[in-house]
Amino acid sequence: MVLECKHVWNHISGYLDGTLDAAVLADVQKHLEHCEICSAILDSTRNILILVADDRVFELPLGFSERLHSRLDEELSGLAPVENPSG
Amino acid sequence: MHSLAQNTESRNEVEMIALILGGQTHLFHDLIRPYERSVYAMALSFLHNEADAEDVAQEAFLKAYRKLGSFRGESRFSTWLITITLNEARGRLRRMKGRTMESIDEPSDEPGAISPALLRDWREIPSEVLERQEIRQLLQEAVNGLPPLYREIVMLRDVEELNIAEAAEVLQVTAGTVKVRLHRARIMLQKTLAPHLKSMTAQTASQAKSKRGWFRWS
Repeated sequence: MVLECKHVWNHISGYLDGTLDAAVLADVQKHLEHCEICSAILDSTRNILILVADDRVFELPLGFSERLHSRLDEELSGLAPVENPSG
Repeated sequence: MHSLAQNTESRNEVEMIALILGGQTHLFHDLIRPYERSVYAMALSFLHNEADAEDVAQEAFLKAYRKLGSFRGESRFSTWLITITLNEARGRLRRMKGRTMESIDEPSDEPGAISPALLRDWREIPSEVLERQEIRQLLQEAVNGLPPLYREIVMLRDVEELNIAEAAEVLQVTAGTVKVRLHRARIMLQKTLAPHLKSMTAQTASQAKSKRGWFRWS
């Protein structure tokens, strides 16, 4: 089946995740071979997701770990967590 | 540092948890160490400021400690922990309602046309651009600026790298819903970010002459 660009856009996320049905995948691939716009949309989306996933985007503030573990220490020096907490 | 999904393979977390419950409470420090960034990132994406996000992250870890006995090992510890974080962040937002502009009402999953940004070519942007603070900021703001429903799914799936089933479990929705929301969220990100990233990185790459630019879709 020949797909229009707009229909290909609906499959971009599934294409990236590898979750498309074989038939749909084949149609999308065929479209991508000759459509530079959809190819660029796919490439840019993939590229953006790689950048967003980089550890540097959501960095821990300075001293975060120290503050967290010292707060945990206060809690941990108390009682052990109960086996089966109610509620 | 790793994303949530990558950490658990090499450690026996179920055993660590049993030891903690048995009284070796100091092991909790080691148990959670790989997840500090993930929990903080999740909180930050909701709270939008570092101080509140740090506080929510601490609360989530404390809550995880207190509730550790109710961890059943049916899901991974990381999935369980991120569920606690999500609930803590949502709860905090709810309490802050009134002094924040963000609506916590969930938009519906109604399908509407979401179109990507249109471009004719895409020059791969390498991860090195993340050395630039303004690019890190741009990406963070784009994720934080998504409607809550879509932000959650991007954080879980694309930042924390949970699989579709795990993301569905955390959000208490079906795998199909995860896929639909994820698709919309990713297209929204592409639409927001592609033009900015392209122009910001084109400046440094001295490739301006061959730039073919953007065009309007009509």
